[in-house]
Amino acid sequence: MSDAFQITVDGRPVPVTRGQTIGAALHAAGVRSWRTTRLGGRPRGLFCGIGICFDCLVSVNGRPPERACLLDARPGDEVTTS
Amino acid sequence: MSGQPGSDPVTCDVVVVGGGPAGVAGALTAARRGLRVVLLDSGARLGGQYFRHPAVAVRPGTAGFDRFVRQARALDRQARVLLRHQVWAVSRDDDLVVHCLAPGGGAVTVRCRGLLIATGAHDRALPFPGWDLPGVLTAGGAQALLKGDGVVAGRRIVVAGTGPFLLPVGAGLAGAGARVLGVFEAGGGLGLARHPLPALARAGEAAGYALALARHRVPYRTRRAVVAAHGERELEAVTVARLDRDWNVLATRRIACDTLAVGYGFVPQIDLGVQLGCDTRADVDGSPVLAVDGAQRTSVEGVWAAGEPTGVGGWRLAELEGRIAGLAIAAHAAPDAPAAGRVTEALIRRRGRLRAFGRALQEAYPVRPGWRGWLRDDTLVCRCEEVPLGRIREALRLGATDARSVKLLARPGMGWCQGRVCGYAVARLAGEPPGPPRRPVVQPVSLGTLAEPPHPLSWKDLP
Ligand SMILES: Cc1cc2nc3c(=O)[nH]c(=O)nc-3n(C[C@H](O)[C@@H](O)[C@H](O)COP(=O)(O)OP(=O)(O)OC[C@H]3O[C@@H](n4cnc5c(N)ncnc54)[C@H](O)[C@@H]3O)c2cc1C
Ligand code: FES
Repeated sequence: MSDAFQITVDGRPVPVTRGQTIGAALHAAGVRSWRTTRLGGRPRGLFCGIGICFDCLVSVNGRPPERACLLDARPGDEVTTS
Repeated sequence: MSGQPGSDPVTCDVVVVGGGPAGVAGALTAARRGLRVVLLDSGARLGGQYFRHPAVAVRPGTAGFDRFVRQARALDRQARVLLRHQVWAVSRDDDLVVHCLAPGGGAVTVRCRGLLIATGAHDRALPFPGWDLPGVLTAGGAQALLKGDGVVAGRRIVVAGTGPFLLPVGAGLAGAGARVLGVFEAGGGLGLARHPLPALARAGEAAGYALALARHRVPYRTRRAVVAAHGERELEAVTVARLDRDWNVLATRRIACDTLAVGYGFVPQIDLGVQLGCDTRADVDGSPVLAVDGAQRTSVEGVWAAGEPTGVGGWRLAELEGRIAGLAIAAHAAPDAPAAGRVTEALIRRRGRLRAFGRALQEAYPVRPGWRGWLRDDTLVCRCEEVPLGRIREALRLGATDARSVKLLARPGMGWCQGRVCGYAVARLAGEPPGPPRRPVVQPVSLGTLAEPPHPLSWKDLP
């Protein structure tokens, strides 16, 4: 795997350095929220950064939601936000 | 070690949960004395919080890092290190059985005679209006982004909370090019003068960070806190208040920023120990931690604990406790082995000094009750279930007398994070110290995973 690659967020490219999490890559690219809460529709992105808070849940390649801060980004990953 | 070579389930000598300073030291110490060790960590790399580092080769300035890398390499050769494995429960039959989720979601079980709980801690958060806006991160979260991903959390950053950890966070962000608009310490600052001995040893470290802050012209202010965050869809500004000694607001001003890194100390992660029935005790700050004896042994046979789960004390103490636990586990497994390599008086004395220092720091940075006055009725206390303070007050009016009944009536802490983030606040709002966390499942497991037979770790999986 090369040290720099891309993933997409809703079709838009986001650069990644190998070993970065999806959450870190999105945050670094200025995408600070990628889902909204069930009741209040409040935006959510990274908060604890280490898998504790579950704020950062994200759907990658159509899979069920996972914690973006724990998930290594892989070349070509497609992230969809709600 | 029992079981036959091949694919029969194996019972290893020790499973270590956690690959931070405590877990790595414990696992390596036990493996070096001939024990079969499996170390599990949910992260992608060893290191835990303190030794977190990026995947691409760089040498972080982290003190002790080179030695840690040598230990991690040695561990890779002498034990089985399973990364990206989330432990969700530990049960017991004749052995201890550690249940985890492998990458991809498959279930794996590891049987062992001894278990070392080295699961570290997470940031303690306090709620305030707007704390759930994107751009508000925990202090540890901002640090993890920087250390693990090389990502500076923002451009214009405010650092706030309480405790010595705010210093490296502020210095790290400023050193990485962020404009740090201030480090706001809610407490009165270092009250360590009463503890001259340990303070001397570590004052150099704090002074180093203070110097780094000064070099980047970052103001460090005590008796200040961020009491509100503002923004439409993201953080745009914070309200910084001047506080009295109980943290009641005296005066406020607004600072425009895109990022807030905020943390009020740490909460030890003890849920696996609680699952097994290990005794807990209240730490200096009232938080439940695992009770251990001089050999880091918990009250449950075969279960040891090291690092933050036995009381918050920093990475040096964590590493030392891990080493002592590793020695004790090896001595327990082979009581007739030569005394060389046993826990020595010198190690115990050093642990005593580091613990005294940890206690002194916790005493110097308590959470004061005035934070409750920062909240409004519509301020979310539980971010997962979106429970505002008003609903918690209502539950208390309806007769809830403790955190448990507040939880049943208003549902804070019943969401995804299982009360890890709001647990402290909910307990204090209900008028009690936080209790031991009861979580039968520590990490979310899908029903599909539970329905499938788990893959037991076998001989061929071991080195
Ligand atoms: C986010 C964060 C950042 C921090 N950064 C610093 C810092 O930069 N400098 C500093 O001096 N202190 C820092 N600390 C304080 C930290 O507690 C250190 O003192 C030190 O890392 C503690 O070592 P430890 O071995 O006890 O635990 P940790 O280093 O926290 O290691 C625990 C390990 O256990 C793993 N784990 C926990 N539960 C499970 C489970 N169920 N399944 C599998 N694995 C699990 C975790 O992934 C982690 O790798 C930080 C704390 C936090 C929460
Ligand atoms: S940011 Fe908290 S779980 Fe990912």
